[in-house]
Amino acid sequence: MTLIELRGVSKTFPPTRKGGEPVHAVRDVDLSVEAGEIVGIVGYSGAGKSTLVRLVNALEPATSGQLFVDGTDLTTLGERQLQKVRLDIGMIFQQFNLLQSRTVWGNVAYPLEVAGVPKAEHQRRISDLLNFVGLADKAHAWPEELSGGQKQRVGIARALATSPKILLADEATSALDPETTVEVLRLLAKVNTELGITIVVITHEMDVVKTIADRVVVMEQGRIVEQGPVFEIFSAPREQATRRFVATLVDAVPDAVEIEGLRRTHGGRLLTLSFRDESVSQSAVFAEIIGRGVEFELVFGGIEDVRGRSFGHLTLELRGDAAAVDEAVRAVGALVETTEVA
Amino acid sequence: MDRVVELRPEFVEGLIVTLRLAAAGLFVGGAIGLAIGTALYVSRTRGIVPSRPVSVILNVLVNIMRPIPFVLILIVLQPVSRWFGISGISEGHAVVTIVFASAFGIARIVEQNLVAVDPGVLEAARAMGASRWRVVRTVLLPEACGSLILGFTYALVAIVDMTTLAGIIGVHSLGYVALTYGLRQFDWTVTAVAILIIIVIVQIGQFAGNAWARKVLRR
Repeated sequence: MTLIELRGVSKTFPPTRKGGEPVHAVRDVDLSVEAGEIVGIVGYSGAGKSTLVRLVNALEPATSGQLFVDGTDLTTLGERQLQKVRLDIGMIFQQFNLLQSRTVWGNVAYPLEVAGVPKAEHQRRISDLLNFVGLADKAHAWPEELSGGQKQRVGIARALATSPKILLADEATSALDPETTVEVLRLLAKVNTELGITIVVITHEMDVVKTIADRVVVMEQGRIVEQGPVFEIFSAPREQATRRFVATLVDAVPDAVEIEGLRRTHGGRLLTLSFRDESVSQSAVFAEIIGRGVEFELVFGGIEDVRGRSFGHLTLELRGDAAAVDEAVRAVGALVETTEVA
Repeated sequence: MDRVVELRPEFVEGLIVTLRLAAAGLFVGGAIGLAIGTALYVSRTRGIVPSRPVSVILNVLVNIMRPIPFVLILIVLQPVSRWFGISGISEGHAVVTIVFASAFGIARIVEQNLVAVDPGVLEAARAMGASRWRVVRTVLLPEACGSLILGFTYALVAIVDMTTLAGIIGVHSLGYVALTYGLRQFDWTVTAVAILIIIVIVQIGQFAGNAWARKVLRR
């Protein structure tokens, strides 16, 4: 079932200065998110991803297009009705945005007060939520007494208080250290699997997408330039922007500078092998080379694992009889995609 | 010093009137200032309830009222008080003027403190489904509470200053005591005692304000 659907959605902000250019933050975006999935939206700052996510809970009204959440077109609703819709959409933030004037307990109570949940039910609901995020002992702590990771856990508990169908995470781990990031991502995965909540994650870190997302959407200059299942996008990125993102995680084909470095120490023939089809094992490929009496050495690249499926690029230096090397290259080329390094 | 003892009833009345006027300025003027300041903040271009006309009108109004010296407001507002049936040289008129002047002064202080509230927290509350008015009431003002208390404490000094000036229309504040029995009768001791009492009032106010703000801010 499609839970979120954007059809030709654009968002234009008026010029910040008189006589300035209007800012086209989101341009003609089509996007659907299925119930129960985790979608990662990546892009550099200014790509429009933060605006896009704010269109989904109507914190920013769309300039044009249609935007369906759970079957309702938000662009037709008034502010009062949107407030109801927002109870079904939790949101967490890069800077956590906890209320400094309330304790952890008070922060989680806030959305319950907004939703008009009777006071008598607060106690049980808040304890359940704090237990779920592992912060039961911090109920009466003030925000400044918490670490970054704990603050985000409170943010998650607060976002889940009204049992939403959707959770929007706006750079939720960008202010956290790598270890805490892993903990928070694990918690988000638990939110998805145990509570069945659909999650839209905005990030500029490919690691985050790789860890939890099912599907990835790449944005550039307000447009979606590429989208698909994480493994497919990571193993075979088509667009320039996507390649740059994937390259932050996976050493792909060596670039000019790297080739120069490799050439200084490796005189043999350099060949990059791209593994993405799991039916071809690495050992089968290497057997083709060794079987022809050709020596090889791994000089560049790496293999990445995405949700139990691996892919990657390995650059080999091949040495031996020229004819044998030629034949090895041809045989390997029949098994995997190869790129000759100049 | 004998003269001070002799004037004890004058000092006592001066103290009571000063406290009464200051309380009116701080609480009534403060409440109106809080409303105007909040309206100034929420009506800003990227505010919670952006409204260009409201923003422009309030800003012009505040900017016109604030620079007028208090002594002159005291005189200019006399016809207004009389229209309401309040004598232009009465304590009632002093209350009207002090409330009026402190409201506009406090409005700016309130606006400045609200600007300092993290907009992300306001956005989070909106994302949780809170209405704009609820965000103002349950997030904006509570988040700014500590600095608002400090702002009001700061305004207290200016308000006590106003009560002194109200002495010139014959309102029996400590300022009146100092002007009438100190200045005009060349009695420095009387003036000094009046000043001392005013300093003590401000000190107590400042101390209470700081303590309360520290409690709210938890630092």
